[in-house]
Amino acid sequence: MRRYLLSALLLAAFVALWQLVASLPGVDDLTLASPAETARAIGRDRSLLASNMWVTLEEVLLGLAIAVALGAGSAILMHLFRPLREAAYPLLVASQAIPVVVLAPLFVLAFDYGIGPKLAIVALICFFPVTVNVLDGLRSVEPELLKLMRSLGASRLSTLVRVELPSALPFFFSGLRVAATVSVIGAVFGEWAGADKGLGRLVLLGNNQLQTARVYAGVVILTLIAVALFALVTLAERAAVPWRRGGTAG
Amino acid sequence: MKTDLEAPAKEPLSSQDTAIALEGVSRSYRSRRGPVRALARVDLRVRAREALALVGPSGCGKSTLLEIVAGLQEPDEGTVSALGRRGARERLGVCAYMAQRDLLLPWRDALGNAALALEAQGVGRREARRRAAPLFERFGLARFERSLPAELSGGMRQRVAFLRTLLAGREVLLLDEPFAALDSITRGEMQEWLADALAAEERTAVLVTHDVEEAVYLADRVAVLSPRPGSVVAEIEVPLPRPRGRRREAMTDPDFARLVRRALEALER
Repeated sequence: MRRYLLSALLLAAFVALWQLVASLPGVDDLTLASPAETARAIGRDRSLLASNMWVTLEEVLLGLAIAVALGAGSAILMHLFRPLREAAYPLLVASQAIPVVVLAPLFVLAFDYGIGPKLAIVALICFFPVTVNVLDGLRSVEPELLKLMRSLGASRLSTLVRVELPSALPFFFSGLRVAATVSVIGAVFGEWAGADKGLGRLVLLGNNQLQTARVYAGVVILTLIAVALFALVTLAERAAVPWRRGGTAG
Repeated sequence: MKTDLEAPAKEPLSSQDTAIALEGVSRSYRSRRGPVRALARVDLRVRAREALALVGPSGCGKSTLLEIVAGLQEPDEGTVSALGRRGARERLGVCAYMAQRDLLLPWRDALGNAALALEAQGVGRREARRRAAPLFERFGLARFERSLPAELSGGMRQRVAFLRTLLAGREVLLLDEPFAALDSITRGEMQEWLADALAAEERTAVLVTHDVEEAVYLADRVAVLSPRPGSVVAEIEVPLPRPRGRRREAMTDPDFARLVRRALEALER
């Protein structure tokens, strides 16, 4: 509780500083919208923001789902087939060097103007944390436990399902937490490369039209989406991995 | 007349009741400081339904020996057979192996952990739990079926691990220092518990330990291994009926004390 209180205090201090800087005589509304103006913009544009938020949220959630399915799937395959892991792992790491911002317009060319390129970008940047973490988790199982399963006569698949996958769950959730936060950035990049709706596009448009308060409102909502996703993943982890909450229960 | 040829020609009686046979078993492994010879020409026989204790100083290759019998490793030289099975894979099928650590899965309750032995062999989850349940009653674990490992004491966790080993349904039980991680009071309780369990189960058992009193208390015979590279330097029969009652009382028996002394002398030679 104390931890959250301190965070809230820090946030309040930040907002106060923001308000202070925005109220300085030399700073005009076009350069910096104050927290009060941003809040007013959120209230005024709420239906516009809401409809665009749903668009972005859809891109984020679908993109994440694709990343989880592909990421966990390829991690399992790489775990089961060692040559595949050895061949693919360096490429996987190298793929992180590709600047996604630059790729975004190419995706628009390839996948057309719709939701396709946004999903591709979100999935692309979320794929890596999911894959690497699940793979690490699958490999984290103690050798002694694998020996036990072998002595019990368990098949490869049985060991995977009963021991390795449950052991990898906490790692999966760590990866998902990272993925959830960067997924929002991915959706914004995707929309910047070409879109007719979505919060990312709204922010870009607002910037061009010098509607600074609306831009800030969009950024605040994008941040809230990322924080909410992070919290949701944490809750899901608590439900799915209760044995990791440590110590004796009850 | 063909059947006569197939019957073992040499020592027909002893090979009938030999459950485990090791002949000239050697094993080395590589370490950072070069090859280490863990076992050197070990010859050992375990009779059917016998409880054999393997004692030896730390690092004498006791655990390696047990893993070889279990079929988790193959020796570099020599032959191993368990119930007549010679290949590692075949030995795996007749031996149940229990490690020093309980290795319980933290997300499964006690019953689920014991039932894992059946699930590994393809039995469905529900059916495996149903079949494991009666053992909890029999071995003093009733009412702990639904406890998670984190909620159990070290002794209780070890009991669950032992039930899992029993449920594997193998003829040969291989126990690698099952109580080494427990405090001395719990260890005493667990030794009495295991003595009863082994008496009730009537299987061939090999128990690795570095505790000579534990060995004499639990086993029909004690094999003493030399320091690395390990080989059998003494085999001591324990002609006391099993189970041997309360541990404290058994240990005050003069015969018991003499056997312990003999084993200790063999260890220190």
